[in-house]
Amino acid sequence: MVKGRTGQRVRLYVRGTILGYKRSKSNQYETTSLVQIEGVNTKEDVAWYAGKRLAYIYKAKTKSSETRYRCIWGKVTRPHGNSGVVRAKFKSNLPPESMGCKVRVFMYPSSI
Amino acid sequence: MAPASKLSQGIKRASRSHAYHRRGLWAIKAKHGGSFPKAEKPAAPAEPKFYPADDVKPRTPSTRKPKPTKLRSTITPGTVLILLAGRFMGKRVVFLKQLKSGLLLISGPFKINGVPIRRVNQTYVIATSTKVDISGVDVSKFDDKYFAREKKQKAKKTEGELFETEKEASKALPDFKKDDQKAVDAALIKAIETVPELKSYLGARFSLRDGDKPHEMVF
Repeated sequence: MVKGRTGQRVRLYVRGTILGYKRSKSNQYETTSLVQIEGVNTKEDVAWYAGKRLAYIYKAKTKSSETRYRCIWGKVTRPHGNSGVVRAKFKSNLPPESMGCKVRVFMYPSSI
Repeated sequence: MAPASKLSQGIKRASRSHAYHRRGLWAIKAKHGGSFPKAEKPAAPAEPKFYPADDVKPRTPSTRKPKPTKLRSTITPGTVLILLAGRFMGKRVVFLKQLKSGLLLISGPFKINGVPIRRVNQTYVIATSTKVDISGVDVSKFDDKYFAREKKQKAKKTEGELFETEKEASKALPDFKKDDQKAVDAALIKAIETVPELKSYLGARFSLRDGDKPHEMVF
């Protein structure tokens, strides 16, 4: 994915799943998406991830800047509910195709 | 009891002449030969030749000075840091000092993991509890100017040369930088080799594995 990365592949992000948009029963608010981060199951655990950057990576047919992979950057904003789901805002709203897809939760901006 | 200074509303305790005497303006007058000294009126500005059509306030330049970046308490000289992004992501690296711009000065050391003397931002770094003794390392010569980009020389080209493939000045690392690297690393590596397994620790990269939860990890 990264140009010419021949060495060891290291994963410095946590995997997450895009659950959908922030919504009530009959209305949805696409500016905020909901993300389930692996291993995070309570509201208190989410505090560590607040402000961390997110990347939704997807493939397109045409090449832009010599790669077919494209990315939408975002941030974890706050917890959603009590069970570790997280609200996130992206630079541009996520497309509906992203529901159920993976998102990368990076460990920066770090405060450890 | 009503205050003695006010017999009733509007009537003061001191009579007009008594108040005049108390104020002492007569003494000032006497000092200046009978008349009260008149302060000179400041010279009125000359009538401007040009009156702007709109009343617009000129913008005053901002006098705001940004505060120096606070260094995280977990990062002290000699701390091993994990880089989170960029070319060397995952590498464990030794922190040397904080530069004036707020960026952190780090070194691999180069011989151990290929990370040269470099600047890195605090937010892209995790501080571990491992510390290296860097008392033997002299980092006083490194500052932000050391890392400034070289200005490209724009030489005028003749028409023929324009269409030839450009032979830009190669971006080889200047020798003095290589020597600086060696000097810093020599002291670092000596300190590292005294600690068992620290060398291979610094040579290995950090990665998250299945089941890892960074929010529960202690670095």
